[in-house]
Amino acid sequence: MEITLTNLIFYGFALLTVASALVVVTVRNIVHAAFSLMVTLFGVAGLYVFLQADFLAATQVIVYVGGILVLILFGVMMTSGRLEMRIHIERGQLLLGGVITLALLMLLLTVIANTPIWKNLTDDGTALPPTTERIGELILNGPFLLPFEVVSVLLLVALIGAALISRKEVRD
Amino acid sequence: MTLQHYLVISAILFTLGIFAVLTRRNAISILMGIELILNSCNLNFAAFSRFMTPPEDISGQVIAIFGIVLAAAEAAVFLAIILAIYREFGSIRPNEVDTLKG
Repeated sequence: MEITLTNLIFYGFALLTVASALVVVTVRNIVHAAFSLMVTLFGVAGLYVFLQADFLAATQVIVYVGGILVLILFGVMMTSGRLEMRIHIERGQLLLGGVITLALLMLLLTVIANTPIWKNLTDDGTALPPTTERIGELILNGPFLLPFEVVSVLLLVALIGAALISRKEVRD
Repeated sequence: MTLQHYLVISAILFTLGIFAVLTRRNAISILMGIELILNSCNLNFAAFSRFMTPPEDISGQVIAIFGIVLAAAEAAVFLAIILAIYREFGSIRPNEVDTLKG
């Protein structure tokens, strides 16, 4: 594979994503882990751009970085005193978890390398038209109308449920 | 770029998420692991949609958007439960929440 600017940027994003995800799961300070998660989410958004999924990349940045990550940081601030900021890890658990994780990774990589229909599928780099309009068509005037409505009800249920669970109990 | 590039990145993210869920002893760190797993899953949807279907078919991307919505709902409920647990137990270490343990 020849070295082009596109390839360099792709490998940069891939390295950024994987390295910051590694920091998320290994660093001891939970606030550092949260900010490293932000880098991971931005890296995944960059990979979406390489897949020519522009609307998906924008959604990823808005919902994950703007919503979920802020929620996680609020959770950290509200539940962790100065002592709880450092994450406690047990040695035996680390060993067992590492072995299971490595075995799983080996299994997945073997499957990826040996599945015949996944081989030789190359991105030829032709530019596709923007996806936003077609996604709107699919969601509001196509096969995804029912899932869209169901997921909106689900969001409402989750919102009410979260408010109900986290409020202070009122005793009469 | 081939499909396998994306699948390898996604597999690494997935296993790192599993590792966080297995070894971390803080509920919010476990939530971060779950978010990594969900991200790897959405990346797979987008990659398969790009390489395995004709270019005008983008249903895989729509499924990934639904995945993001589900992740948002899941994070909200997860953090509400964490706040309730913190009020009840004064800690969010999962192994200290053992009222139902026999």
